[in-house]
Amino acid sequence: MELKDLLAVVAAGALVTGCAATAAETETVSASASSASKSPTKTAFPSTYKAYPADNVVITGATIFDGEGQRFDNGVVFMSAGKIVSVGGPETVVPTDSLIIDGTGKYVTPGIIDVHSHLGDYPTPSVAAHNDGNEATSPVTPEVWAEHSVWPQDPGFSRALANGGVTALQILPGSANLFGGRAVTLKNVPARTVQAMKFPGAPYGMKMACGENPKRVYGGRNRKPSTRMGSLSLTRQTWINAQDYQKKRKGAKPPKRDLGKDTLVGVLEGDILVHNHCYRADELNQIIDMSKEFGYKVTAFHHAVESYKIADILAKEGICSAIWADWWGFKMEAYDAIPENAALLQQAGACVIIHSDDENQIQRLNQEASKALADGRAMGIDISDAQAIQWITYNPAKAMGIADQTGSLKPGKMADVVLWNDHPLSVYSRPEKVWIDGAMMYDSNDPSRRPVSDFELGQPGEGDVK
Amino acid sequence: MKHFATALVSSLALMAAPAVAETVAITGGKVVVGDGSAPMDGATVVLRNGRVVAAGTNVTVPANARRIDASGKWVTPGVFAGFSRIGLIEVNAVRATNDTNAADSVFSAALDVQYAVNPFAAPVAVNRAAGVTRAVVSPSTAKSIFGGYGAIVDLGQDSNPITKARAFQFVELGETGHRRAGGSRAAAHIMFRAMLNEARTYSRNPSLFDSDLMKASDAKALLPVINGSTRLLVHVESANDILKVLEFRKDFPSLKLVLVGVNEGWRVANAIAAAKVPVLASALSDLPYSFEDLAATQSNIGRMKQAGVEVAIGMINDRDAHQLRYSMQYAGNLVALNKVPRATGLSWDEAFAAISSKPAEIMGMGAQLGSLKAGRRGDVVIWTGDPLELSTQVENVFIDGVEQSLTNRQQRLRERYRNPAPGALPKAYDR
Repeated sequence: MELKDLLAVVAAGALVTGCAATAAETETVSASASSASKSPTKTAFPSTYKAYPADNVVITGATIFDGEGQRFDNGVVFMSAGKIVSVGGPETVVPTDSLIIDGTGKYVTPGIIDVHSHLGDYPTPSVAAHNDGNEATSPVTPEVWAEHSVWPQDPGFSRALANGGVTALQILPGSANLFGGRAVTLKNVPARTVQAMKFPGAPYGMKMACGENPKRVYGGRNRKPSTRMGSLSLTRQTWINAQDYQKKRKGAKPPKRDLGKDTLVGVLEGDILVHNHCYRADELNQIIDMSKEFGYKVTAFHHAVESYKIADILAKEGICSAIWADWWGFKMEAYDAIPENAALLQQAGACVIIHSDDENQIQRLNQEASKALADGRAMGIDISDAQAIQWITYNPAKAMGIADQTGSLKPGKMADVVLWNDHPLSVYSRPEKVWIDGAMMYDSNDPSRRPVSDFELGQPGEGDVK
Repeated sequence: MKHFATALVSSLALMAAPAVAETVAITGGKVVVGDGSAPMDGATVVLRNGRVVAAGTNVTVPANARRIDASGKWVTPGVFAGFSRIGLIEVNAVRATNDTNAADSVFSAALDVQYAVNPFAAPVAVNRAAGVTRAVVSPSTAKSIFGGYGAIVDLGQDSNPITKARAFQFVELGETGHRRAGGSRAAAHIMFRAMLNEARTYSRNPSLFDSDLMKASDAKALLPVINGSTRLLVHVESANDILKVLEFRKDFPSLKLVLVGVNEGWRVANAIAAAKVPVLASALSDLPYSFEDLAATQSNIGRMKQAGVEVAIGMINDRDAHQLRYSMQYAGNLVALNKVPRATGLSWDEAFAAISSKPAEIMGMGAQLGSLKAGRRGDVVIWTGDPLELSTQVENVFIDGVEQSLTNRQQRLRERYRNPAPGALPKAYDR
């Protein structure tokens, strides 16, 4: 499974994995507010997610990491009606008529959030019929939407929940294309339809890619781009065309609706967040300059294994790096990856997100953050446990535009909460209970609180501990 | 380029002046022998002439020994990666650096990784610095179900990585075997049987050998598989494919089988145990990656172990050329399962054995490798703490009694960019 990303791209024919490529389109933005509010894409395919019934729950005596860098020892979390009501030390006042959970010796974090996942669009079983992550028929496909590829029965969602404590995730198109398409943010709650998983009010993201993948996929077919300069030229021309469309759309005689350009204009107007797959430091800097040329902002560079080389620039620009702890060497642009990437970014004051891009490591984002933390400390960089937890909670929430709703344990936010049976930065820790909007969606002590997808029903291993 | 030149120079230097195995006494540490026994506090490990002399709490320190105080530290055998492609790949997508298989070669079973393993590959240095000292290195397959000969290697900094050449033959007999054989499991099984039978024909009269299935070199390579003098590592995942492989011994009774991958092993664990076939299993597979993995669960290894299967951790197709350092994390995760209701993990002692003595024993090297029992090769790692824990760092690595450099290009990059802004001169001058 390792090489998915790589093989996907290498094999051009059967693009399989994660970072490979795709494109998306569309148009709309879901929730955020934007100017082109009448655009039909703003209301298309609306979320039908509804939280499941929530109890009043109090967790006492636990060590709490709030997701924003705070730690409470012997702490208390109170959630009610699906929201966080209060979080604090032992003095925190809580109602007595709640379900009290003794968290002594245990740990509480916000629900884990993955900013880069292909669950659903590259689901398991990863058979050719399921390769829905890259619309690798053109390098510019801003018109496709990842949510139209997501298979809600992907068993990977349940593993991310039960083993990883993941409560929200962004599903991206792959990286075969310069403009891969629109991403979608989901609540990790099983449903019959993707709409019933869509995170209410989450803004859309748009996947872009630079570097090896697009030029490999299209250069191999003797198409543009076959070089990095070809990629930049095609990307810039696409933005020029989008600006023209944007101008005409505001004019007296608006042009015919263009699904792809609707998404691009959404980016230019700040409604859609750019998630740019890009590895090398020099290329990250090229992309920053391009974004300035066209007046949009890159929210996060994904897989940015060389961010550490320009940590100061990324801090100044306010761009997050969504990275692995230690992946390296699978392709040329990943050759200079180092395990201290996250810590060096943190030291420079830049935003760090640990992401998975992988159906296995999404089950261990806490462990990946822990390794990145340990490697930073080993080189003398002082980072707290609570800050490392922020890499997999609040920071991804912020980059997905949902930090006002989830990602930390602040009163009024969604009660997306994980109770861990040991320190979440320890290899010996696993989620004991996971709540999403206050509803207990996983309980390690209760087999009936372990979701089983349709695909696994009636198969060997159905409902097993996994 | 400069970097590359530096590495080259230091490599040459190493070859010119072979490092000496000192007499070393590592004292006061928490010592893990690696054989599944419990760690010993305040114990001593003595290495001499490249071998372990003793490990325990009543060990005499030789007068001439270099002493290393390991108080507060953990001391273990080096980690033994139970299945890997270390040294066969520098960068996966750079084909010229990828020697795992040969799609355009006329040979199959005769391919031998001993000529391809590069001890100076960056992944070797990176994983050595993480505490991995030995590995099973396997070819993969391209056109045939057979991949060729694999080896046991060390991850030392010297120029000879081969501990045991031609340690095993590798064959694919699950979904990959189906594909390699032409499109069905039936094709894979007839190909397997036919190639072995033709190899027997070859042995009766090599000069007359003529086969559409393989070259004479391949036939020759299969003879030690048939007579059991070389292990046959078989990659299978599904319960049914496992059972079918176990049946091979009806026709080829001497086969020395080792199963690799084995995601559904727990479903047929009793059959595997009864056949006394050991397993190099993927530790944390828990998804139906394909239809051969439907019942995958992280409890697989624990359940097989409980059923009496001899099992170690391997990493087939799982970043197996770059991330052998995941071995410790994977073993730690199996320990974590003990606290998950209804899951089956390994005890800490068993988990460490699954990445040290168990792979060595499964590969028939247990008397030489994988533990700190007297007489074993002096592969030792000193850790800042519990080696399975994510926060733990490596302090010293010995291979064959020789202390190893822990430097690698990742560390060099880290130091160059400790402060990312250029100083008085560009970063290229900072080294």
